Amino acid sequence: MKNTEQAIITIDDAIVQADNLSLFYGEAQALFDISFAIPRHQVTALIGPSGCGKSTFIRCINRMNDLIDGLRITGSIKLDDRNIFDRAVDVIDLRRRVGMVFQKSNPFTKSIYENVIFGMRIAGINEKPILDETVEKSLRRAALWNEVKDRLHESAMGLSGGQMQRLCIARAIAVSPEIILMDEPCSALDPRSTAHIEDLIRDLNGEYTIIIVTHNMQQASRISDYTAFLYEGELIEFGPTNRVFTVPVKKATEDYITGRFG
Amino acid sequence: MTTNIHSAIDSLKQHLLYLGTIVEEGIRNSITAVRSMDPVLAAEVQAADSKINALEVNVEEDCLKILALHQPVASDLRFVVTALKMNRELERIGDLACKIADKVLLLHAARKDAENPAEIVFPQEFEVMFVTTQAMFRNCLDAFVNEDADLAYRICLQDDEVDEAKRTIRRQLEQIARTDPGQQVFLPMQLAIARGVERIADHITNTSEDIIYMLQGRIVRHEEQI
Repeated sequence: MKNTEQAIITIDDAIVQADNLSLFYGEAQALFDISFAIPRHQVTALIGPSGCGKSTFIRCINRMNDLIDGLRITGSIKLDDRNIFDRAVDVIDLRRRVGMVFQKSNPFTKSIYENVIFGMRIAGINEKPILDETVEKSLRRAALWNEVKDRLHESAMGLSGGQMQRLCIARAIAVSPEIILMDEPCSALDPRSTAHIEDLIRDLNGEYTIIIVTHNMQQASRISDYTAFLYEGELIEFGPTNRVFTVPVKKATEDYITGRFG
Repeated sequence: MTTNIHSAIDSLKQHLLYLGTIVEEGIRNSITAVRSMDPVLAAEVQAADSKINALEVNVEEDCLKILALHQPVASDLRFVVTALKMNRELERIGDLACKIADKVLLLHAARKDAENPAEIVFPQEFEVMFVTTQAMFRNCLDAFVNEDADLAYRICLQDDEVDEAKRTIRRQLEQIARTDPGQQVFLPMQLAIARGVERIADHITNTSEDIIYMLQGRIVRHEEQI
């Protein structure tokens, strides 16, 4: 097939820039020389078979991997031109700028209200009017306000799975991050709750940079502007989702998304 | 319905090729009917149209099932989209073969009704149209089966030859009608046959452009030079 497009495109307005990023768990190398830029205020999906390094890569962006014994990283990830692996970087501040939503929703055993403002309390913000405003704004943004506004002080553990996941998104939004990382946020949800989260991701697009790991090809094609395909720790292809899902440049991408392997 | 997208696509390909084979037979028979002024063969072409229509519906249903149940992407998506469009083009080619057969029946009747039954004079350029169009169709199916984009590109270029032959035929038929008034009664049907073959070549060209999209992901339909 004649395809003259670049397998890994360049991005003009990037918020995250990975350069020659390699990651080792002890002797085992999990990421190989990954270089690409993630566009600001867009949704970027990371796809690839299990164990290809998707989650490892996004966990680098807010240094969630730091606590793993024997972990070693070479290369860099720049967030607005600053290498996040510099010793001088404040990891707490980095994680405020780069929020995360996990595969399994993980609300704290506190009220809905306290869940949303948890990050603000840690930052020492306790003024009730500010907290009230943040709770309403974040829950509205996460499309959960109408469902919980009358029970804000009830336990978050009484919410449905889909509501819990939206609460986690509200909690991430509450500290005004620039980037939201999502690691398979819908994998434990039913189709209706999944649709809620997908609508929310589209709605947040343009205001936040969202980087989402998903095993669901249709989800990646529905919600993302750009798609990166990783295979065995290497970045194989990165480009506009519309192109990757209609005319992929690399045969490995083609074979993976059409279900011929992986 | 198979649960595996690749089996479903293989099955769709077989159904589409079978439709292509039946349509090819329709083109061949309609052209043979013109050459031999054979009303029986012309009637056979018309009778086969219902089979083509039924096959077209089956192929469309195959495509819709794959789209609904498997949500194909990349080359699979391009294949299904091409199959949908190709299916429609093939059915229209089948209709045009019927129209050519209809003109054969009209010509045959007109010759019988003429006071002095005359041989119908067909300009030699008709043969150019017939041979070129049949070769285009055969190559189009080959390009589809063998995934040969270069062949599909060459088919698109051949369409100009058919268009030129049709223009020549028009001029020659008008000349014949002027010099031999007995031939005038046949002129509208002969022109309709030339127009029918020319439109078949147009549909083959459309299909070849779709095959290029299927293989290369490139839409060449409105490009000046492909």
